[in-house]
Amino acid sequence: MSKFASLEEAISANVNDGDTIALEGFTHLIPMAAGHEIIRQRKRELTAVRLTPDLIYDQLIGAGCVKKLIFSWGGNPGVGSLHRFRDAYQNGWPRKITIEEHTHAGLTNRYVAGASGMPFAVLRGYFGSDLVDKTENIATIDSPFDDQKILAVAAINPDVTIIHAQQADRQGNVMAWGITGSSKEAVFAAKRVVVTVEEQVESFTPKFNSIIIPEALISNIAVVPKGAWPSYASGYYERDNDAYIAWDEVAKERESFTKWLDQEIYAKSSDAYQGSEA
Amino acid sequence: MAISEINRAGSSSEAEKNPWNSNEMMTIAAARTLRDGMICFVGIGIPSTAAILAKATHAPNLFLIYESGTVNTNPQKLPLSIGDGELANQALSVVGMPEIFNYWLQPGRIDMGFLGAAQIDRFSNINTTFIGESYENPKVRLPGAGGATEIAGACKDVIIIIKQTTRTFVPKIDFITSLGFGDGPGSRERNGLIGNGPKYVITDLGILEPEATSKELVLTALHPGVSVEQVIANTGWDLKVAKDLKESAAPTTEELERVRALVATSSRKKS
Repeated sequence: MSKFASLEEAISANVNDGDTIALEGFTHLIPMAAGHEIIRQRKRELTAVRLTPDLIYDQLIGAGCVKKLIFSWGGNPGVGSLHRFRDAYQNGWPRKITIEEHTHAGLTNRYVAGASGMPFAVLRGYFGSDLVDKTENIATIDSPFDDQKILAVAAINPDVTIIHAQQADRQGNVMAWGITGSSKEAVFAAKRVVVTVEEQVESFTPKFNSIIIPEALISNIAVVPKGAWPSYASGYYERDNDAYIAWDEVAKERESFTKWLDQEIYAKSSDAYQGSEA
Repeated sequence: MAISEINRAGSSSEAEKNPWNSNEMMTIAAARTLRDGMICFVGIGIPSTAAILAKATHAPNLFLIYESGTVNTNPQKLPLSIGDGELANQALSVVGMPEIFNYWLQPGRIDMGFLGAAQIDRFSNINTTFIGESYENPKVRLPGAGGATEIAGACKDVIIIIKQTTRTFVPKIDFITSLGFGDGPGSRERNGLIGNGPKYVITDLGILEPEATSKELVLTALHPGVSVEQVIANTGWDLKVAKDLKESAAPTTEELERVRALVATSSRKKS
């Protein structure tokens, strides 16, 4: 059975209220259109996992979809703060959210443990940081083989991981290239996987620095051109830095954000993202 | 850049020809600490400018790694974000983040790591998490750790780049995001950290280095045109000053031209 679906169907079939979701992609290939569709479908009580919450979770948090954020660096990259995240965390608007804060190494290894089917992964990390006292799901353990202290991070297994990639082939295998961050680990860790892609191709032409996600790991694929905008998709389009700067203004005030939400999400249909932001 | 921040060093003819600003001096001072062939873990902003400058001048074989997964990259323009396409396009290879953190950083393969901070204390512990009374109810919430905690722990040496004021150089930081020397000698060892810790703290006013035994920061160099009193006035504790206090060489014309050309490659103004 074909796993190709519309974005609306892919989100509706795979994201439920109360789920733990991971929308990954490290500055590159951020599944922005999928994030918008989650907002549009008014999913609630989500635990949202992502190394860098970025604009995509600022939007989800501001729209009231998220009850808990698990992250390791919460800023607008190259610009400043995530105002909606801060407003929710500090002032409870539009709802109170809790946080679980890690380091990149730690959260990456939570995915590694989840991907490996293990209860935890180990690293030499967090040591000396006050994070040790604040962060759930980490513990110091003794090495069974020598006298070292090791840090363990609990596995994370998202109900659904969503990533954006450049291409899917006719069979539904996916190829992404360039910076892929912790996406592969987040895919293997997840119970369900949704991928949005720039385009469907007949077959892949091998690319330098590419990864392949076989069809067997994927629940649904949606073809969403420019689905990572305003982040970028190597080989397709560049990062729209102006949009990242503009977001700072939109997100600063509740009123401007609410207006954005009405105009850019709720007033638009699920397939409006396609090509609309060129 | 406000006119008041333009630094005009009276003693140097080079400086009179090329007045530089404090960001440029900080960048150039950082670049000069890098040695050819080093493996460097680099971040966005001044660390990138410094590393690219060093690679273009005295250290052509610098091996630059960014946490986004770009290995031995050779950016020709300033990356605007950690995942900038320029970093991937110019890299020997692009790998996943487990490889960066578990295989490159953790075992101690990185010679020099760069960090910035909102606050630093006399033992070079740094805060990038929040400003205020409590973690749960911060006055200003900052982005958090990112890669910093493990960079501070595992790189052989670390450079911290930070503007020096009494708001950034404080007696007690509000949160230890990344450990420098903890509460003094032995702290890193007790915490199981394998790297040597911060080697230089480079500011807009000068260079500070940890004292060999106490591990407390000592002012070891002034940038041209800066006085000791000025540095002390911008430090929130009784700052120790080295007996053989040096003066940083003024930026050369080449250094300034290259820094300015690099900064001009970013399409937006960096605050």
